[in-house]
Amino acid sequence: MKNLLKIFIVAAILSSLLFPQEKETHIIVGSKKFTESVILGEMAVQLARSVDPQAEHKREIGGTRVLWSALLRGDIDIYPEYTGTIRQEILAGQKISNDEEMKNILNAENIKISRQLGFDDTYAIGMQKSLADKLGINKISDLRKHQGLRFGFSNEFLDRKDGWPGLQQAYNLPQQNVTGLDHDLAYRGLQEGSIDLVDFYSTDAEIDYYHLKVLEDDLNYFPEYKAVFLYRKEIEKQNPEALAQILRLEGSIPESTMIKMNSEVKIDGMPEAAAAAEFIGQHFGLQTTYEKETFWIRLWKNTKDHLFLVVISLFAAIITAIPLGILAFKKKKSGSIILSIVGIIQTIPSLALLVFMIPLIGIGAWPAIFALFLYSLLPIVRNTYTGLDGIPGYIKESAEVLGISSAAKLRLVELPMASPSILSGIKTSAVINVGTATLGALIGAGGYGQPILTGIRLDNISLILQGAVPAAVLALLVQGFFDLVEKIFVPRGLKL
Amino acid sequence: MNLNPGLTGSLSQNNYAGTVNYSVPPGKYLMSIILKNISRSFNLTAALKNVSLEIETGKITVLIGPSGCGKSTLIRLISGLLIPDSGEVFYGDEMLQQSNLRAIRLAIGYVIQEGGLFPHLTAVGNVALLAEHIGWKQDRINNRVKELTQLTKFPAEGLDKFPAELSGGQRQRVGIMRALMLNPEFLLLDEPLGALDPLIRYDLQTDLKEIFTTLSKTVLLVTHDLNEAVYFADKIVLMREGTIVQEGNFADMKNNPADPFVTSFIKAQRGSIQF
Repeated sequence: MKNLLKIFIVAAILSSLLFPQEKETHIIVGSKKFTESVILGEMAVQLARSVDPQAEHKREIGGTRVLWSALLRGDIDIYPEYTGTIRQEILAGQKISNDEEMKNILNAENIKISRQLGFDDTYAIGMQKSLADKLGINKISDLRKHQGLRFGFSNEFLDRKDGWPGLQQAYNLPQQNVTGLDHDLAYRGLQEGSIDLVDFYSTDAEIDYYHLKVLEDDLNYFPEYKAVFLYRKEIEKQNPEALAQILRLEGSIPESTMIKMNSEVKIDGMPEAAAAAEFIGQHFGLQTTYEKETFWIRLWKNTKDHLFLVVISLFAAIITAIPLGILAFKKKKSGSIILSIVGIIQTIPSLALLVFMIPLIGIGAWPAIFALFLYSLLPIVRNTYTGLDGIPGYIKESAEVLGISSAAKLRLVELPMASPSILSGIKTSAVINVGTATLGALIGAGGYGQPILTGIRLDNISLILQGAVPAAVLALLVQGFFDLVEKIFVPRGLKL
Repeated sequence: MNLNPGLTGSLSQNNYAGTVNYSVPPGKYLMSIILKNISRSFNLTAALKNVSLEIETGKITVLIGPSGCGKSTLIRLISGLLIPDSGEVFYGDEMLQQSNLRAIRLAIGYVIQEGGLFPHLTAVGNVALLAEHIGWKQDRINNRVKELTQLTKFPAEGLDKFPAELSGGQRQRVGIMRALMLNPEFLLLDEPLGALDPLIRYDLQTDLKEIFTTLSKTVLLVTHDLNEAVYFADKIVLMREGTIVQEGNFADMKNNPADPFVTSFIKAQRGSIQF
């Protein structure tokens, strides 16, 4: 056991050397997990880099709530947002009659809003052109007559006040068959015919590509969604030059240009950075550089990020869970409480847990590590407990009558006897941890989840595999590693 | 630790911890184990009812009786594995309690069926565990282990084997070595030969008796086999349903039974020894 501890301490030190934590004073741009936001984030960071080469882009870290919390906490400095979203979602519940009021309310939170970037990306709903023509549907109010249509809406649209609930009320729509699904998967569902009608953004590239009909908003229900940047007031002082560069985008992106860029990325498979660089070159005559990531560079980076999440969280779980398991064994009363608590933690859906973490710890690797840490506790605590509890009575008594201290008994007899069970608990945790860590990408922690997330967004199977295959391989390697540890550390006498 | 002079003296003296000299002259230790009015129940069933007994120093006392008579409960109360509901256990004039439990246990060698060995340690690992823990030098440990292998007739090449690789009789010899390692004053043996087949059992009985004679320690041995009891005992204690029916030597029991149960218990034991 002592040796095992040593190995993990060495692993922890190694990982801290491998993954140094730097102090961030340069500008950090955030973007949501859809293509347009990533392109705008990429434009911002490339412009900022012309004066602040260290500027960073935390790509596709989540939805509105995640980005807004991250901005308030200072985890990011600036990100692209839409006026409608600010009104209906971020400042929901506050009466805002004009832009000036919105500015003041944001100002009170130490957040500033840029001028409009030049295009409107409002919500719209639509369906396959062929089906719309067949049913004679042109406007949203036409939908009242077609109760049987199957609606598939993005989860955000389903929940938002300015989304489906408000739309249904405003138009008095009778449809009940409404499914929530990922925005990027909605188009596929539409094409396959499993749903008839979806929500989208008016600048989405897919509208043309899939021959969709955008239904006319004849009651003017959807508010304006003018693209803007939201940024922390402090960066006006800390990074005025970089901010000035980013704000050159104000009023310079027409709707047609945005649709074209979206299409280049989503349909033609151009990297977001390339589309952004092309625009900046044409528009501002500025040659920007962006890192052209090769497959291997990306794989190495994701592997590093993923290992960072797994190693730190697993190590923390091991040094916490084994003592908890011992405590549960020694004090049966508090033991049942400990086992219940770690059991309950296990039942919290991982996505929910990750999002709970944001207001507390922010975005990035650390909230993901904390969540992974919590998930890794149960198998280790439980196996430590059952390993100790399962020691035969005659062995326990033989140890007891030796006349040694309780701590010595634990070290000399009980822990070595329980070591096979404890190690198999650690192995279970490690394998689950490797899989769950892919979700870390949802809150900007990187890792193998990143290409999976991007792959889903771009409907790109090969990208998804670039995350899924290494994650599976890593899980197998981790399993193999702990099989080896078992061979070395479980006393030979217990294997006879 | 507040130990009485006899116990403290023996704990701190080298001869107790046994460098070379493990044959201690009879009568060296003047402490008996004394049980006073012990009662113990399990889930309202009385296992021991107001039992008093002296386990005399330097003698071999054998507890015998049918299964369920309370003899295992009694030996576990003496080793502190169980606490009596009422009554006291004394080592000399010192009462066994939580505060002196560990010190007294260091003066006890405890042997159970099959030796109760720790499966994760080799034979020598089992034997030397306690000595290593209390900081004996390696030389001293090696010497003591060597003495004990000779005393218990354990083959030296078996020392590096794990319990699972040893025969039942060998495991029991390792168990005895482990119990004797620190040269304790008291030896408590709970059915030590119970699980062995007759030939091995016979050999071990012979060897164990020789060990007892050589060391002349205060011994308490629990068995259900009257032949074994007669073979070892200076004093036999016959138990039934949580009480002591009769104590003394075998001739007393046979000739002056305290109770008809004594006679029927003797009759029920058929064996090679002619009673």
